[in-house]
Amino acid sequence: MMASLFIVSKDIPQWLAAMAKTRKVFATQRESGAIIFKPYDPGREVVFERESVTSCKEAVFPQTKVLFSYFVKKNPETGETAGVAIEESLNKPAPQAVVFGTRPCGTKGFLTFDRVFDCDRIRDPYYTSLRERTAFITLACDRPGATCFCHWVGGAPDDPKGSDALLTPVEGGFLVEAVTEKGEELVNEARSLFAEADEKRREEGAAVRDKAKGMLTPKPDLTDIGPALEKRFRDLDFWEDMTAACVSCNMCTYLCPTCYCFNITDESDGQAGVRLRTWDACMSQQYSLEASGHNPRPTRAHRMRNRVNHKFWYHPKEYGGVISCCGCGRCVKHCPGSVDIRRILLTALERKDEDAE
Amino acid sequence: MSQLTELKEAIRKALPDLDLVLGWREGYDALHAPPYHIRRQEDLEHLVFGPMCVNNLASQLMHLRGKKVGIIVKGCDARSVVELLQEKIVNRESLVIFAMPCKGVLDVKKIRRALDIDHAREVHFHNGTIEITSGDKTSSVELKDVLADKCLRCHYPNATEYDHFIGEPVEPRVSAEEAAADPAMEELAGMDLTERFAFWKTHMNRCLRCYACRNSCPLCFCRDVCLADSRDPHWQSQETSVREKWMFQMIHAMHLAGRCTQCGECERACPVGIPILLLKKHLNAVVKDLFNYEAGIDPTATPPLFTFKVEEENIKEIEL
Ligand code: SF4
Ligand code: SF4
Ligand code: SF4
Ligand code: SF4
Repeated sequence: MMASLFIVSKDIPQWLAAMAKTRKVFATQRESGAIIFKPYDPGREVVFERESVTSCKEAVFPQTKVLFSYFVKKNPETGETAGVAIEESLNKPAPQAVVFGTRPCGTKGFLTFDRVFDCDRIRDPYYTSLRERTAFITLACDRPGATCFCHWVGGAPDDPKGSDALLTPVEGGFLVEAVTEKGEELVNEARSLFAEADEKRREEGAAVRDKAKGMLTPKPDLTDIGPALEKRFRDLDFWEDMTAACVSCNMCTYLCPTCYCFNITDESDGQAGVRLRTWDACMSQQYSLEASGHNPRPTRAHRMRNRVNHKFWYHPKEYGGVISCCGCGRCVKHCPGSVDIRRILLTALERKDEDAE
Repeated sequence: MSQLTELKEAIRKALPDLDLVLGWREGYDALHAPPYHIRRQEDLEHLVFGPMCVNNLASQLMHLRGKKVGIIVKGCDARSVVELLQEKIVNRESLVIFAMPCKGVLDVKKIRRALDIDHAREVHFHNGTIEITSGDKTSSVELKDVLADKCLRCHYPNATEYDHFIGEPVEPRVSAEEAAADPAMEELAGMDLTERFAFWKTHMNRCLRCYACRNSCPLCFCRDVCLADSRDPHWQSQETSVREKWMFQMIHAMHLAGRCTQCGECERACPVGIPILLLKKHLNAVVKDLFNYEAGIDPTATPPLFTFKVEEENIKEIEL
């Protein structure tokens, strides 16, 4: 890590503007009360005071990704299909991008994506082309909220993993630490905006970070969560009770920084069309609907079981024990029914010795 | 006997004949009370009632069809139940309604904005104020500043259809005329068409197409076979463009015209604060104007879009 630097709050827009000259910058802005990630706009205020509603997933895994566009050629005489012209979207290089002001949990969401889309078995070019070109300037949290549980799943309010630079809020501005070379570059490009942080500032930064960690609620031991969930697998009453408040929408999965399921559809308009990759959601009835009309996950309870098990049992089993929840709490905080995934885990743990009837 | 004790007593007696009762329980903090199922007598321990009981439990009735269900309703929730009865989606015989006269529920987003709290450990309601303890700090705010908009203009705080009425009826906060006067609607009406379209385009741009609005609605009963996700017929592209999102929202609103009971769940559920209730209010006003009808008031009335008259009194086809 490079030495700590300091930037005053009012210079942040200048830093953003400097980065935006050659890159696409995503920053958190407020619209009708909701803090969301949006392409940076110099005319709009960038807000930091709270974790954003939407995660920065859009920057690397956009909700709608055109894989290619096509045009079905017809023989004008006979009207028969005479071939398909295809235009690959990968041929257009993605711009360099910066995600600014994501929290440590949201940034770490991409570590889950990496395991799935960029591994020995698979290298998804649509994902990696954006991933490689995107840098993350993360803001450490000074006050975790009631729904934060990053520390349950190996994170922390100041965890630099996955980030290129880490900011810590201090009086009048931010401490800035580059974590990677990419981060260093982003700082050096606008170096005149930064001052060396003196010892007092560095101590203040450390105190802010310690205080935040102290605010987190005690964490349970999740070592046995996989077997505990396995025990409840056939216990549909358990899942019914845990899902009583759920209306089976797509919100929790769409706000989640680690949910990576997608759908692929062809959207035609006459002879022209596009093949899209769009976000999918395991909480939706269509998700596991088979062509025959049969749905192996017919109720909300089945679907919730899949969402929770996937993050805390199947994914760890498949990927070296790593839980694929980053603990950001968005699914708790914004759920219309206040469904609390932590309560589901704790109840499963409490009953881990109990066999299903 | 407190209202909650009386409610628990009534449920305790009714429970043996029911599969479950829909109620609210304590949530992860004092400002949230998620819906839950009361199946056993001991589940009653968790039951709460108060201004944090925001969810309209009628939204759960659709997928509990075929079961004998008890439901606790506030005044506005009762209207959704009545509409479901009118539309013969739920069956009166398989329903036991516990009516709670209601003084209003909280808008948690307003509280977050007003107080910027981290962790609401305790909440107390005094005359007209709410006191919230977060960490070691206690702050208070006037209830009228953090009640849901619908409650500030509520004209139906007492259910009209019920089996058990718990406590004393409360006075409506406002008259019918005052309930109809809505500054947000007036503001929208004051815009010309271009401005209005720009207003909606800005809002719909951030829509996630997450369908929390649709699925939270007690009356949006196609949910699982909604045309927004249908591939055959292929009504909508899965693209998340403003065009598709707006199209979905328009269809959603049209399908609720004269059926929507203005419970506000759709707008409350929206994670990004899109004022979609305005669309429904507008269509309801049109229905009121044309058919002099309000949804979910009279269980025996036929909703106007469920019937047909050759000559409508207020629609002059010749002038169309
Ligand atoms: S848990 Fe909440 S956000 Fe997720 S599908 Fe259910 S209601 Fe929607
Ligand atoms: S979960 Fe942790 S990293 Fe995420 S916002 Fe909360 S405190 Fe910050
Ligand atoms: S459209 Fe909205 S306000 Fe109307 S009944 Fe449905 S959820 Fe309630
Ligand atoms: S709840 Fe809001 S974001 Fe989700 S689909 Fe409805 S309008 Fe869009």
